[in-house]
Amino acid sequence: MDFNFTSEQQLLQESVERFIQDEYDFDTRRKLAGSDDGFSRDNWAKFAELGWLGVSFSEDDGGFGGGPVDTMIVMEAFGKGLVTEPYLPTVVLAGGLVSRHGSDAQKADIIPRIVEGELMMAFAFAEPHGRFNLADLHTTATADGGGYVISGHKAVVYGAACAGKIIVSARTGGDVRDSDGVSLFIVDGDADGLSRRDYRTVDGLRASEVTLDNVRVGADAVLGPVGGALPLIEEAIDYGTVAVCAEAVGAMKVLHDATHEYLKTRQQFGQPIGKFQVLQHRMVDMFINYEEAKSMALMATLRVDDEPAVRAQAVSAAKVQIGKSGRFVGQESVQLHGGMGMTDELNVGSYFKRLTMIEVLFGNTDYHLNKYAAA
Amino acid sequence: MDLTFTEDEQAFRETVRRFLADELPQDLARKTEGGWHLEKEDVARWNRILHAKGWSAPAWPEEYGGTGWSPVQRYIFNEECADAWAPILSPFGLSMVGPVIYTFGSDEQKAKYLPPILSGETFWCQGYSEPGSGSDLASLKTRAVRDGGDYVVNGHKIWTTQAHWADMMFCLVRTDTEGKPQQGISFLLIDMTSPGIQVKPIITIDGSHSVNEVFFDDVRVPVENLIGQEGMGWTYAKFLLGHERTLIAGVSVSKKRIAQLKRIAGAERQNGASLLEDTSFRNRVAEAEISLQALEMTSLRSLASENAGKGPGPESSILKIRGSELQQTISGLLVEAVGYYAGPYELERFEDGWNEEPIGPDYAQGSMAMHLYGRASTIYGGSNEIQRNVIAKMILGL
Ligand SMILES: Cc1cc2nc3c(=O)[nH]c(=O)nc-3n(C[C@H](O)[C@H](O)[C@H](O)COP(=O)(O)OP(=O)(O)OC[C@H]3O[C@@H](n4cnc5c(N)ncnc54)[C@H](O)[C@@H]3O)c2cc1C
Repeated sequence: MDFNFTSEQQLLQESVERFIQDEYDFDTRRKLAGSDDGFSRDNWAKFAELGWLGVSFSEDDGGFGGGPVDTMIVMEAFGKGLVTEPYLPTVVLAGGLVSRHGSDAQKADIIPRIVEGELMMAFAFAEPHGRFNLADLHTTATADGGGYVISGHKAVVYGAACAGKIIVSARTGGDVRDSDGVSLFIVDGDADGLSRRDYRTVDGLRASEVTLDNVRVGADAVLGPVGGALPLIEEAIDYGTVAVCAEAVGAMKVLHDATHEYLKTRQQFGQPIGKFQVLQHRMVDMFINYEEAKSMALMATLRVDDEPAVRAQAVSAAKVQIGKSGRFVGQESVQLHGGMGMTDELNVGSYFKRLTMIEVLFGNTDYHLNKYAAA
Repeated sequence: MDLTFTEDEQAFRETVRRFLADELPQDLARKTEGGWHLEKEDVARWNRILHAKGWSAPAWPEEYGGTGWSPVQRYIFNEECADAWAPILSPFGLSMVGPVIYTFGSDEQKAKYLPPILSGETFWCQGYSEPGSGSDLASLKTRAVRDGGDYVVNGHKIWTTQAHWADMMFCLVRTDTEGKPQQGISFLLIDMTSPGIQVKPIITIDGSHSVNEVFFDDVRVPVENLIGQEGMGWTYAKFLLGHERTLIAGVSVSKKRIAQLKRIAGAERQNGASLLEDTSFRNRVAEAEISLQALEMTSLRSLASENAGKGPGPESSILKIRGSELQQTISGLLVEAVGYYAGPYELERFEDGWNEEPIGPDYAQGSMAMHLYGRASTIYGGSNEIQRNVIAKMILGL
């Protein structure tokens, strides 16, 4: 057992945390979230320059050979800054899928461009009535000539607006919700027949409804086995889940510290409100929740490379904990800040909103609790 | 003891229901159902309609324009209004300062202020909280110094809901710095158009504007705008807070929202079936409904003792605590029901004249807006921590 970072990982952590502290304060973040893109392309170039976009990819593919722990380090720091740049969709979800299951040609085409900061990507896996079931797909891909024709509606695709390529899950066979018959396609963001309705989300990000109307792709667009991609999707979502667990830990840390500080400084009834025992205990519960969340995020990070059953169980356990802790820490931070916690101006509300959405993302607490219990 | 309504009460319910079916503008009902903040004119319009019928202030004594209804009739009225998605009227005039004025005000004050409150012509706001005085309200610092026939007011109020709509503010000011902090507080009615008042918006986490900061710089307020006696403001303020708490319980509205939640969960799909067929989700809806029943019975009991001539006591803190918690539980379930569509959030959606297709189901964004703004319900009107302190001290003697 070893809970220590390598020296490279320490350096990575220092550099990401320094960036968040020096260049990603809350006002900057607010401006970025309100801008047209919703993030900064200059920051993205900087992420590339500092090597963060490549840390999780193997050296053979053009990355720096890190693993889940490195992703955790980046995501936890990004959670502290509420970073809006599309790292999760590009690097963790889409990049991860390509690096694990892409053909040599696909990897050679895509990974170096992600690492260089030249290509952003998105993963369109959800559908309007599918809720969290990854196989509940109405989008179809029909073999046609050498390639496929894809049609359907993908829901709430984060990062689609800036994506040069979107990975789309679709049915090449089987019935809705069958495990078999699911395939993945790498589709150009500006492909004929693909249209988007872009919008802002409550946590300051950008997402889109993506409609595919007879979008034609070649056989080389298929990612992984035709008809057998569901396990790949589940794996990708598990990696994504582990990443947002780390992000949530970062966000909780900020809320924890801000509330702790507020209890010591805010005066009512002639004393700091932290002198009231009921608030002390509430703060203690926030602290415990944060520590548990951090433990479980780490546990899942260290198991995500294991065989599918172990991985899935660990990920669901972590997501349940993060859901519960995130909700408690988020809501109590608002409550203990009183009226201040309700303002758009203070950072607390924005962290609360991101935690609220992380609870939904990749399956909410109920979903993962059921999945864990059924396994 | 009996839980059924009498025939007369049933008939009364029918009358109210028919009135609402005929008179409630459907655009207002849809906005209320959708969960977004109404415009001032929306609220004023509904107030005018109710006033024309003589129903804008059911709880007021008849001599001041109330209805003379029994508490049970008022309860039925609230229930029917919620069921029809009638907008909530601005409480500051009708439920807060109105009762203070007819209880403690002078005849001139009653004649001047009560009629336009009833008709919805004047809007009021509540100037209690200050940056340094929230839970510890008695420490408030806004000063009113007597100068001839005026008080000169200087200070800073915060979180003032609807100050940007208001014609008048009822304001707690310090007229004396000696003695216990509660003793030097007075209750002033301030014209919001007075020179020296500045209102600054505060945007809340749902992206809406309902609260404000209000700054007073040598604002002259005529002495006749003092309610009751100088230095007695704390007593009047406490009288009013009791009223506010029963209001916050919001039983009828929560009942309607649970019905809405069931409809939405029934329409949402999970593995091809309705989300309501999911045992864990359904059980939590059932739990919320049971809490609602407990709240409703508790508030009916409190209503009954009010009927027997007792004013709202510290028990109203129970209603405030559970009522606000329940609202938050319901809005949390509403958000949970829509899955990923909890995410899309565009403020333009809430503006009049917005007529694009909603992103995802049309109820999704309003649910999130309610969920976010609803976090305030455990903070305002005396936070739930303070309410628990009240129960511990006043009821349990701890
Ligand atoms: C949306 C909204 C609308 C509002 N509208 C109005 C309005 O129209 N007019 C108006 O005057 N005010 C209004 N308020 C203000 C509201 O009444 C105050 O926010 C509330 O009284 C809490 O005060 P505070 O914000 O200063 O928090 P604080 O008093 O600083 O409290 C911070 C935290 O400490 C806790 N706390 C404080 N003292 C104790 C204690 N002794 N024991 C245990 N816990 C304690 C509180 O419960 C809270 O969790 C509104 C507030 C909001 C959020």
